Amino acid sequence: MLNINIEEQENYQILQVVGEIDASTSITLDNALKTSSETTKNVLLDLSQLEYISSAGLGVFISYLDDFKSKNIKLVLFGLTEKVLEVFQILGLQHLMQIVPDQSSAVELINA
Amino acid sequence: MAFLLASRLVFLQVQMLSGKLKIRLSFLAGILSWLLFVFFDLYLLFIEQHQLNVALSKIVPQVFLITLVLSTLAFYRYTISKADSINFIDLLWKVFITGLLTTIGSLLIRFFFYVFARSTISQNPFTVNFLYDILIGLVVIYLVSTFVVWKRLILYQKSKNLIQFWSLFESALLGALVFDLFGNDFLSVNFNIALIFLGILGLILSFNLKWIAYLNFKQKWKSILFILLSGIYLYHFLLNMLNFSETGILHLDLLNRVYFVALFIFILIYAAVAILVTLFNLPTSSVFERKMQEAVDFQKLSQSIPAGQSAEQTYEILLESSMSAVFADAAWLEIADEPRKIVTRGISQKESKDISLSAKQDGIKRILAYDLGSDPMTNKVIGSLDRGDFKSILAMPLMIQNEQIGVLVLLQEVSDAYNREMVAIIRTFVNQACISLENFRLIGEAIENERYKEQLKIAKTVQKSLLPATLEHNSAFEIEAYSMAADEVGGDYYDILEPVPGLHHLIIGDVSGKGTSAAFNMAQMRGIFHSLAQKSSTASCFMIEANQAIGRCLESKSFITAIFIVIETTKKQFSYSRAGHCPAIFYDKSKGEIHELDKNGMGLGILRNSNYNDYVEEETIKYRSGDLLLLYTDGISEAKNPRKQQYGAEGLQRSLKQHLDRSVEGIKEGLIDDLTTFLEGNKLDDDYTLTIVRFK
Repeated sequence: MLNINIEEQENYQILQVVGEIDASTSITLDNALKTSSETTKNVLLDLSQLEYISSAGLGVFISYLDDFKSKNIKLVLFGLTEKVLEVFQILGLQHLMQIVPDQSSAVELINA
Repeated sequence: MAFLLASRLVFLQVQMLSGKLKIRLSFLAGILSWLLFVFFDLYLLFIEQHQLNVALSKIVPQVFLITLVLSTLAFYRYTISKADSINFIDLLWKVFITGLLTTIGSLLIRFFFYVFARSTISQNPFTVNFLYDILIGLVVIYLVSTFVVWKRLILYQKSKNLIQFWSLFESALLGALVFDLFGNDFLSVNFNIALIFLGILGLILSFNLKWIAYLNFKQKWKSILFILLSGIYLYHFLLNMLNFSETGILHLDLLNRVYFVALFIFILIYAAVAILVTLFNLPTSSVFERKMQEAVDFQKLSQSIPAGQSAEQTYEILLESSMSAVFADAAWLEIADEPRKIVTRGISQKESKDISLSAKQDGIKRILAYDLGSDPMTNKVIGSLDRGDFKSILAMPLMIQNEQIGVLVLLQEVSDAYNREMVAIIRTFVNQACISLENFRLIGEAIENERYKEQLKIAKTVQKSLLPATLEHNSAFEIEAYSMAADEVGGDYYDILEPVPGLHHLIIGDVSGKGTSAAFNMAQMRGIFHSLAQKSSTASCFMIEANQAIGRCLESKSFITAIFIVIETTKKQFSYSRAGHCPAIFYDKSKGEIHELDKNGMGLGILRNSNYNDYVEEETIKYRSGDLLLLYTDGISEAKNPRKQQYGAEGLQRSLKQHLDRSVEGIKEGLIDDLTTFLEGNKLDDDYTLTIVRFK
């Protein structure tokens, strides 16, 4: 199961991802990122309640990297649990994405 | 009694013979019995006339009369088949023909007396008795054959009680045959008692007429005719025999015999009852026929799909049988498939559209518009029309799983033509047809599924062939591998090549996602590996070239993680590069330590330009004898048990430590067993692969 709660802020959007991202639920994430890319310039992803992400889910993130870059959209991930962070790091995504511990550092990064 | 036993014995022996032989033997026995009967009858007459002193019992001709009756009975038992619903008329036809032939014989005898009425030859006791003996033969043939046919008809759809009752009747008749040996006169006290007893039995049995119900209207008329004629033959025989009796010079009068009189009476009673019952059944036979037709149609509807293999046939049968069941003048069947199908009878498609529009009743309108909503079992299916050609309409929706898939419309030229009973019949027909159509659809789906499964099986074997059947290695190391896909096909890959002697290229890879899409990408990766690993190169060079190649052929959401290892056995070293794959585990035997080969690296296809090269690292490690390398995919480290606990790299390392003393094959088995134990019956939802290398 996957739920994505969207919180609109003045100059950014927070997507709170709750549950698991696998091949079947990755479509939800895909749609949410697509909508965000059309409405905002700053996307904050709250992954503190993300329990598991499969390779198909990671594929969705990866597919938006170029898109966000060309549209000049900032994407910041925060609150990753140890397990999820490890998955990102093994794959080497920490080099391509901004991953910070908590929301305040994420907001700071946006406003910098 | 001795005679009965003997006949019984003969009968038992006859039973063991073949059918054809039995018929021939009984025929021969009949002829012989009759000849002997005639001979002794006339011989006794001769003795009496000339008052000769010859000791010949009067019983002798009578005994042969009995054997004549018994052999005729046997003959017809074997030649007249059992009654079933198709041959009732055939049976009656047999009675009619036998009766006709025997009556012609009897008429010839009468004709003889007519011609020689004035001549002394017709007064001569020998002539009279001889002709009477011929008549006896004819009467026996007719009575016995008719008796056997009646028996077949009475015992149609027999019950146990009926069989018992019939055996009682037959035994009583046999008893009468013996009783006749004592020579009772017609209408004497004993004679009457026996006759009344047999008559009552016969009368009760005569009310078994189930076969009449299975005749159609035409067959009923035929059977009335045949039975009536058989009665007339009987009457004729009786008259002829009475004529003989009146002469008073008969040596042996059949009318003094209870058996024959009882047979006469029984045949007559059954004929009379059958005629009456058939007559009374005539008016209802059309109803019975229609019900039979409905049952047959119903059966056809339920069988049409497996036999016919096409839904169109079901439409036709539904339309035809519905129309005939309610006497509709015109009808159409519409199926809401894409494209919409309409089968019409008696009207054109255009007229059917006009009628749809001119429906008055709301219920009909809703059925025709596929707008039943919450009322799929609507009862408002009958309506009237304001048209010149048709006045009544019956519209029945075709429902499959509460969804209307079509409509059957039946039209009548007269108003108020349909009643509730007809609606019930049509509903049954339509329901049955819907079940057939649904089955047809399900069978189609099942076949389709079966085909997909077959395709997946093929894909599975094809993919298996993409993994190495044997792992190339030299005497400097041992290698074992194992791979299992979560679905039929998967995205894990491992391989080893030896481009130059002493140099081995080992790879383990994992395509993102799983199932068929992953399997296709895995095949691409194999191609890339085989083209790049053929030449000697460093691990990092391989990764950079592989990333370029993969970036060109994978869709943007897909990526591949891999570890590429170059083993140089001559230098006792290996170097590796890790592309986002879960780090390999290295066991240093001399230190007794396990550690991960976790140099930085990024998955292939994530960054599809030369920036990727910045993230590629390489490390070279000297190995010693007994050191071990374990490569695996994240299907193992991310495996979860029912309590949602992850196996993790730690779990795998713990497991490895337990099995280090074993052979590489033993280690492989140990690792798989431990993982299976951890899973506690949970199914793995990702592909998993293991590769173990032990250096010597």
